[in-house]
Amino acid sequence: MTTDNGGDVRLSGISKTYGSFTAVHPLDLTVPEGSFFALLGASGCGKTTTLRMIAGLEEPSSGTVFLGDQEVTHLPPYKRPVNTVFQSYALFPHLDIFENVAFGLRRRGIKSVKKQVEDMLELVQLGEQARKKPHQLSGGQQQRVAVARALINHPKVLLLDEPLGALDLKLRRQMQLELKRIQTEVGITFVHVTHDQEEAMTMADTVAVMNAGRVEQLGAPADLYENPQTTFVANFLGTSNLIEAAVDGKDGDDIVLAAGGGKLVLPQARCSAPTTTGGKVLVGVRPEKISLTHIDDAGEIPGGRNRITGRIADSSFIGVSTQYVIDSAVCPEFEVYSQNIDRDARLTPGAEVVLHWSPAHTFGLDAAQDIDAGVETVEEEAA
Amino acid sequence: MASVTEAPLLAPQSDKKPPRKRGRLVPYWLLLPGILWLLVFFALPMVYQVSTSVQTGSLEEGFKVTWHFQTYWNALADYWPQFLRSVLYAGAATILCLVLGYPLAYLIAFRAGRWRNVVLILVIAPFFTSFLIRTLAWKTILADGGPVVGALNTLHVLDVTNWLGFTSGDRVLATPLAVVCGLTYNFLPFMILPLYTSLERIDGRLHEAAGDLYAKPFTTFRKVTFPLSMPGVVSGTLLTFIPASGDYVNADLLGSTDTRMVGNVIQTQFLRILDYPTAAALSFILMAAILIMVTLYIRKSGTEDLV
Repeated sequence: MTTDNGGDVRLSGISKTYGSFTAVHPLDLTVPEGSFFALLGASGCGKTTTLRMIAGLEEPSSGTVFLGDQEVTHLPPYKRPVNTVFQSYALFPHLDIFENVAFGLRRRGIKSVKKQVEDMLELVQLGEQARKKPHQLSGGQQQRVAVARALINHPKVLLLDEPLGALDLKLRRQMQLELKRIQTEVGITFVHVTHDQEEAMTMADTVAVMNAGRVEQLGAPADLYENPQTTFVANFLGTSNLIEAAVDGKDGDDIVLAAGGGKLVLPQARCSAPTTTGGKVLVGVRPEKISLTHIDDAGEIPGGRNRITGRIADSSFIGVSTQYVIDSAVCPEFEVYSQNIDRDARLTPGAEVVLHWSPAHTFGLDAAQDIDAGVETVEEEAA
Repeated sequence: MASVTEAPLLAPQSDKKPPRKRGRLVPYWLLLPGILWLLVFFALPMVYQVSTSVQTGSLEEGFKVTWHFQTYWNALADYWPQFLRSVLYAGAATILCLVLGYPLAYLIAFRAGRWRNVVLILVIAPFFTSFLIRTLAWKTILADGGPVVGALNTLHVLDVTNWLGFTSGDRVLATPLAVVCGLTYNFLPFMILPLYTSLERIDGRLHEAAGDLYAKPFTTFRKVTFPLSMPGVVSGTLLTFIPASGDYVNADLLGSTDTRMVGNVIQTQFLRILDYPTAAALSFILMAAILIMVTLYIRKSGTEDLV
């Protein structure tokens, strides 16, 4: 950890409004030097606008942008030590790959670019393609040219605007690892905008989940996944089962809740909502944390676990796991992912089951939110 | 399972060959009217003119094909100054059109916003009046002692153009300047429209990318916008230069006997002197000259794959 913030990106109070529409609400954000930072959200959530304000392609309506100790809020893009990998790449169609990559160096008056360009093309494994025009390359190759063209300038920050959006799934996975490798190799701060939660979690050290022009939550991928603070994050990042429950009382560090006639235990530390006895809380649990036991074996379930009874409404076998949809009194569509280690042949649709999980895997959210926030958007993006 | 349902679907498809064959001929049927048109109104007259150009005789005795190629050399020897003038005036008008048209096309493409269509209509609006009327209007605009001449005189612009030989004395009308102005005015839309089309096609993100890669606005224009608009520059200059070099109306109405262009000569030979062979020969020389210049130009600008 360095004490000076030489390469940090600091946004303080920046916002962007277009007429009466607010694309980005006043926002404070610090991206530490050398980190791989992802801005995650559905389309129209303000993530790209935020990125463009860092790049200088959009002027903030308020607030300031700092790159290290330099304030760049009103600097035009060509004066900022920042480079962007554009969505759909924006390669110069009239220049060959070599000249595309050399563009930034030449503009800064660097004469002998040959060695640098060749090294950079080597880094992205495109040495052979130097004299081709962009339209002669495949999507994945064009993507790598776009990265090379930006990286060769050794920017303080590399901004990536949905760089993998135009690629097919397999290539996208490959490029995710590739970008991660390049980032580790060059050590430059990457700010990556994406709507793909899996992409954000695979690549980034820190993810900021954005929704409707605001940052909902910021943290390491595992932290966001395990401890969502809002229903949007809980639903947008993976899948969550959310149960409306009433606070019954406290038991040491745990909150005891009543839901559908049963009792649930939630550690106080994992609850982001205020809890007063009689108040409501949304209790959440991830589908893969839940174990399924047939009702006949209910006695074998160890004590101290949260339990819910229900009936299997649907099951789909997908190889590594089986995904069940359970109909229960507290939640009509409870999702459970169960690893296919020892499959219980009785767990078929219609079977009565007990769902149980460790209280440590339970999280609590403020009940005053839309329980379905972030759900539809995931489906839309997948469609 | 899938193969069972697919099999009966495939079978009738192989029987459907006859309609497919007819479908393949459709493009040729669609081409037919155009080809006929070109044949009757372009190819046949061309052949007829080629034959005329190598005929000898007079109107009274009738013309006969005598393969008299000497007509070409005589025409060139007699009228080379008019040829040169045509190239110079058309060239000057083309450059002026480019200089005036490029900024306008750029503004329409990138800055006009919701006014874009209005400005485009204004560019085309002069076409709503006849070519002749518009050119005659310039006679009034440039009239001796008129406000334009007066202003140019006061600003001493005429001194400069007199010195360059574009004007003489206190006159603009009946000088090369007037002819070039007329040509520029009349062919400006032919420059602006292709320029606009090629500029408008440029992806705005390329400008952002250039800015992001340390190019100042003017460098972005020089290194990205202008090279990408080359197809428009080439087609605009061709659409201006080719008709301008064959034009005779501007030289006729705005010029004098000292500004006659090759178009005027051809017109006189055809319609007044009735020397058809010379007129036809002049037309072919002009055509060949333009073809050669255009080929060289396209080679030079290196836009074969862009046009």
